[in-house]
Amino acid sequence: MSGSRFFTALLFIFLLVPSTRANAGEEQGSFLDRTGIDIHGFLDLRGGSRIREDDYQRDTSLLESRLQLDMSRAGDSFTLQVRADFIYDDVQEDTDLDLEEGTGYLDLREANLLFSPLDLIDVKIGRQILTWGTGDLLFLNDLFPKDWQSFFIGRDEEYLKAPSDALLISLFPDFANIDLVYMPRFDADRFISGERISYYHTTLGRLAGRDAIIDPLTPNDWLDDDEISLRISKNIKGYELAFYGYHGFWKSPIGMDLIQQKAFFPNLNVYGASLRGSLIKGLFHLEASYYDSKDDTSGDNPYIPNSEIRILAGYEQELAKEFSAAVQYYLESMRHYETYQATLPPSVHPKDEERHLFTVRLTKLALNQNLTLSLFCFYSPSDQDAYFRPTVKYKISDSLMITLGGNIFTGDADYTFFGQFEKNSNIYAGIRYSF
Amino acid sequence: MMKKLFLLVITGTMILQAAAVFGAERPSPDKIIEMANDASYYQGQDGRADVKMTITDKAGGVRIREFTILRKNTGQKDQKFYVYFKEPADVRKMAYLVWKHVGKEDSRWLWLPALNLKKRIAPGDKRTSFVGSDFFYEDVSGRGVNEDTHELLKSDDTWYLIKNVPKDPDSVEFVYYHVWINKTTFLPEKAEYYDKNGNLYRRVEAKKIMKIQGYPTVVESIASDLVAGTRTINRFDNVRYDIGLKDRIFTERFLRRPPREVTQ
Repeated sequence: MSGSRFFTALLFIFLLVPSTRANAGEEQGSFLDRTGIDIHGFLDLRGGSRIREDDYQRDTSLLESRLQLDMSRAGDSFTLQVRADFIYDDVQEDTDLDLEEGTGYLDLREANLLFSPLDLIDVKIGRQILTWGTGDLLFLNDLFPKDWQSFFIGRDEEYLKAPSDALLISLFPDFANIDLVYMPRFDADRFISGERISYYHTTLGRLAGRDAIIDPLTPNDWLDDDEISLRISKNIKGYELAFYGYHGFWKSPIGMDLIQQKAFFPNLNVYGASLRGSLIKGLFHLEASYYDSKDDTSGDNPYIPNSEIRILAGYEQELAKEFSAAVQYYLESMRHYETYQATLPPSVHPKDEERHLFTVRLTKLALNQNLTLSLFCFYSPSDQDAYFRPTVKYKISDSLMITLGGNIFTGDADYTFFGQFEKNSNIYAGIRYSF
Repeated sequence: MMKKLFLLVITGTMILQAAAVFGAERPSPDKIIEMANDASYYQGQDGRADVKMTITDKAGGVRIREFTILRKNTGQKDQKFYVYFKEPADVRKMAYLVWKHVGKEDSRWLWLPALNLKKRIAPGDKRTSFVGSDFFYEDVSGRGVNEDTHELLKSDDTWYLIKNVPKDPDSVEFVYYHVWINKTTFLPEKAEYYDKNGNLYRRVEAKKIMKIQGYPTVVESIASDLVAGTRTINRFDNVRYDIGLKDRIFTERFLRRPPREVTQ
């Protein structure tokens, strides 16, 4: 089904379903008011430029206008929600409308129906943004799709989360909250493909961009290539404990199919747990997960990622009035490193067994909280690379906000996680009118 | 039946308290402050209000915040709050959840609808501006009665005037503050804050009080920052008490799915 037809169909549903607000005697006002539809949104214009020469990309890293419309309609027993972005993007080469990859003039963020069939059950069906876990910009047990491209080029932070087409069933028995998410067809990350962000191409052994855009084999059979996410959570005296499970695929195409010579998404199961609560004068969070790489359980296939243990610990505290700091330590540890080393082709640069990463977030509010200064840093001592995200946001009025920011990558080597993006370092500016 | 009996007992207790007040025995300053705290923040078992904040800066620029607030008393002096934002547009549908624990740090969460994320917020200085206004978090949810020592400066036909000195001076920006408490309603109607030079720099006033379901209620208040020259007017509409809010409203489930009590 084409995106626009889907969208039109949803609008019709909106108009047909009776609304409590329409019945509440608010007969005055516009047509939309009378139909009970509540429309809000924003218009966002932003542009950005690379600060280093990149042979494989345009200097302009971002140049787009975006109109987001957010429509919701609450009935007696359900809520309908549609949130869509209409985009003019000057940088994107692939302008075909694709609601999964988010290319083209429309990015449908949400289109869902929420209802409670029974007292202790909520069901949300349709396109939705899903998030869980305790990490700050680090995700262990959250295997919902991310949009790394948006994140690295300077779109608003909310665009790091890409939408899922899913059925969410939440159960609320006394002993815990249970959230079960079924995605009937795999929702991949909007991964770094080379189209806008250059990356390290393992086979070529060099940086690549628009000259080597990744076109992976994507699992796309309905019901066969499905994903399941589960969370069981409980608040015990202010301490939030959760257990997680996931069955699906690695979210970026980090496997290599040697026969077809194409990247693919290997099978993956994840199991994990997290804990969050107060500590001394602040908040701590702990999270761990086991990445069970199902297509390479013994770790002897160098073209499929090894199984991994991932661990995260974080602490956050207000240091002064309207100034807070948050630190995190994160570890990725490969399970079968010796086997990996033994089977790795000599041309490929081996990864370290352990990747250590530290993050710091500093946030300062000023001018009656209308000015937000923020700096987020990733630093990996094992990879010898780093990523800095400074942002300045100022609210000129209740409806108008300007943003300035940067995405600065640095690293000793071209093949480490942040080091490979060095030439994508950019600065950007944006203005947003909200209504 | 139980409810009526309960009401009867409560009313009885209040009459007895009132009798004590008007009798020969004058309540201690600590008792007056405690009663003022109850009158301001604990009326009924629960309550709701639509709040409109008008923030005016020195140059006359105006910013508006609109939200609906739900409150439930959950035993002893603990409470739960649910704040659902409606204006301005960029914070619309965000929700703020507080589990207030007297004597220790509150648990606070922010709901970010665009990310479908319940974000836990680190404990913060309670004498920080609430949503950029001249009101502090503490003005919204109450200041612990044991955090200051209280001295009765004056008592006339209408007011108790009490001076409050913080027990931990480093934790607050004031050296002391005066509060005028109405002898009939026990509502604090004016508070004035003084800095270390003895200068008055901040004032919070109740401008309009109405009796709602028998409870004297502040329906308009003003906070003024006399140094920065900014002020915020708070208007409370559709105030209701004892609406039977369920405990489960103050959980993640109802952050994800805002309850009828805040959306309508």
